[in-house]
Amino acid sequence: MSNGNQGQSTTPHRKLVRKLVLLAVGMFGFGFAMWPLYGVFCDLTGLGGRGVKVVENAGLLEKSDRKVKIRFDATVNSGLPWVFQAKEKSATVSLGEMNEAIYLAMNPNENAMAGQAIYNVTPPEASLYFVKTECFCFTQQILQGNESREMPVYYFIQPDLPERIKEITLSYTFFRSENADAVALSTGVNSIPDTTLDGIQK
Amino acid sequence: MSIASTPDMTHSTDQAGDHAHNHDDHHDHKPSGILNRWLFTTNHKDIGTLYLAFSLLMFFIGGAMAMVIRAELFMPGLQLVEPEFFNQMTTMHALIMVFGAVMPAWVGFANWMIPMMIGAPDMALPRLNNWSFWILPFAFTMLLSTLFMDSGGPAAGWTLYPPLSLQGGQSFAFVVFAVHMMGISSIMGSINIIATILNMRAPGMVLLRMPLFVWTWLITAFLLIAVMPVLAGAVTMLLTDHFFGTSFFNAAGGGDPVMFQHIFWFFGHPEVYIMILPAFGVVSEIIPTFARKPLFGYSAMVYATASIAFLSFIVWAHHMFTVGMPLTGELFFMYATMLIAVPTGVKVFNWVSTMWKGSMTFETPMLFAIGFVVLFTIGGLSGLMLAIASVDLQYHDTYFVVAHFHYVLVPGSVFALMAGTYYWLPKWTGHMYSEKWGKIHFWLSAISVNILFFPQHYLGLAGMPRRIPDYSTQFADFNMISSIGGFLFGSSQLIFLGVIIHCVYKSRQKASGQAWEGARGLEWILSSPPPYHSFNTPPVIDSSTLAHVDEAH
Repeated sequence: MSNGNQGQSTTPHRKLVRKLVLLAVGMFGFGFAMWPLYGVFCDLTGLGGRGVKVVENAGLLEKSDRKVKIRFDATVNSGLPWVFQAKEKSATVSLGEMNEAIYLAMNPNENAMAGQAIYNVTPPEASLYFVKTECFCFTQQILQGNESREMPVYYFIQPDLPERIKEITLSYTFFRSENADAVALSTGVNSIPDTTLDGIQK
Repeated sequence: MSIASTPDMTHSTDQAGDHAHNHDDHHDHKPSGILNRWLFTTNHKDIGTLYLAFSLLMFFIGGAMAMVIRAELFMPGLQLVEPEFFNQMTTMHALIMVFGAVMPAWVGFANWMIPMMIGAPDMALPRLNNWSFWILPFAFTMLLSTLFMDSGGPAAGWTLYPPLSLQGGQSFAFVVFAVHMMGISSIMGSINIIATILNMRAPGMVLLRMPLFVWTWLITAFLLIAVMPVLAGAVTMLLTDHFFGTSFFNAAGGGDPVMFQHIFWFFGHPEVYIMILPAFGVVSEIIPTFARKPLFGYSAMVYATASIAFLSFIVWAHHMFTVGMPLTGELFFMYATMLIAVPTGVKVFNWVSTMWKGSMTFETPMLFAIGFVVLFTIGGLSGLMLAIASVDLQYHDTYFVVAHFHYVLVPGSVFALMAGTYYWLPKWTGHMYSEKWGKIHFWLSAISVNILFFPQHYLGLAGMPRRIPDYSTQFADFNMISSIGGFLFGSSQLIFLGVIIHCVYKSRQKASGQAWEGARGLEWILSSPPPYHSFNTPPVIDSSTLAHVDEAH
């Protein structure tokens, strides 16, 4: 290509090739742009529990006569050898009413471990009307060896929930927090305010 | 444009400035020595041969893995291999067949045929062409070497879904870099093909006169450039999640594994059209030749191909109906997917109409092309069934899906590759292959491929999941039938190998330049085999040599 004799024939290629390489590089970037774009999409649709709002103080709630069934789901990731379940499998709640759900977590091992719960709401649209005031998922939870604890969630459903939604599932998965394990062992506190996860799901 | 003065690259690399005599007496000067001829080659025909030989080797390696899979599934229970190894086999079989067999085979066809079909002396960027090919053996050595590493080969399926794919060991890095290299090879190959088609057509070869194989490859090349980098990005994110503590797909760190599925299928769905569009092109070349009629609806074929390519970008989430999606999303992806049946139906209609009232003869390429039309349509119809979101909940990840995509890929893409091989072997080698053994190969393949894959529809509808080494006993009979079909199909391909070797080295029957009575197109005005450097002077295009001349039709 560097040969001067081919200058004539490579010039038209050079322009085209430059455009095509740019397209390829751009599409590589687009793959990574999917990361923020997917976040925006989830915020809009409530996918992945992204619509759930967190408020400090619920204020005065306008209670509605309408009731929906909330189902509580609990999963533990294979990396965290805990027992984790919902105290009640489901509850029927009025819209606009403050509710409490209790989850139970138990660490059957000898040593202390730290876990972080990640939540999701189904159907995704329902998460846009789901409001939490307090949740064990806001912080990393530490369980000493053989310790078990009740973990509460305080939440309400906004009264403007679309009519077609009759049932909502709130699901938690506990993941192991490797970096918090060390703190767990040394301090003996039972939760760590989570700074690393700030702004991701709250 | 100055095609006439374009010197052939092989000579210019060592005889710069001294190629005045090249135009006259260099026609069959092949470089001497294996290294010069093959490793350093910049000749499109040599590189095409390399691609085709490489993909044939990969076809047999991937096929051997399929034989392991079918042998394990011959009976319920675990007989031959460990489940971990079984999973490595299904994953590697797919990666090898998709990236090692089908895609390089089409690039091989493109290398051999596109310059000859458009009257160009070579590919636009011959050295890049050499590099695109020679990356591949390294990529696949890396990929295959993982099978011998402590942590084994990739075993999470070719889709590499996290979190499962991230639970593998250190060898995962080799898989990621192998995929990067395949991607780079495909992108460079595509850039070359686009530059060749857009810049190097002989005078008079306007876009709407190009053979359909050239058209379908032009569109395929754009698809490749658009989606291979997205796959590269996705596997890079897997790599950093696995080794560098990022959390793109790690829910514990705030990532989302579902996002991987979106990115993967944004690549993955166009990818399946990358494998099938050139097949459409080859079949559109072969059927008119043996029906002795021009292709029916040439421009409809071009526009249908372009529509399919466009639609392929907006249907990806139909692979993810069970993942949890808003209802409007499911509906959008369902209807968009079904829309693809329209341009595809146009194509099938046009192939049938081309044969309608034609003077048909049934040489091996035509048999494979007709087999393609019939069996690909079956695969297309099961695809329509899968597109229905509500019933996909039942079909998802079952053998019905396996049956569907093997119908479109094996009697689809692979049959078209074989059809094309038989069609152009006389052109490439100058000899006729054995028609008798070609036909035996076709009939054995066509019958066994149905024994192999048709029962899998029923297995899937009955609920047998894919990617499992063992299954409950009610699936036993159909699995045994399917395995017998598999062994038959696998061994039939040895005939294919035999026919090719015979044709290249042993066949005495000379092929004429035109080779087939009804063949039209610039490649057929050259001798068989074509001179090492062809069309150094652009051909004069007269309407009798082209398959399609009327741009308005």
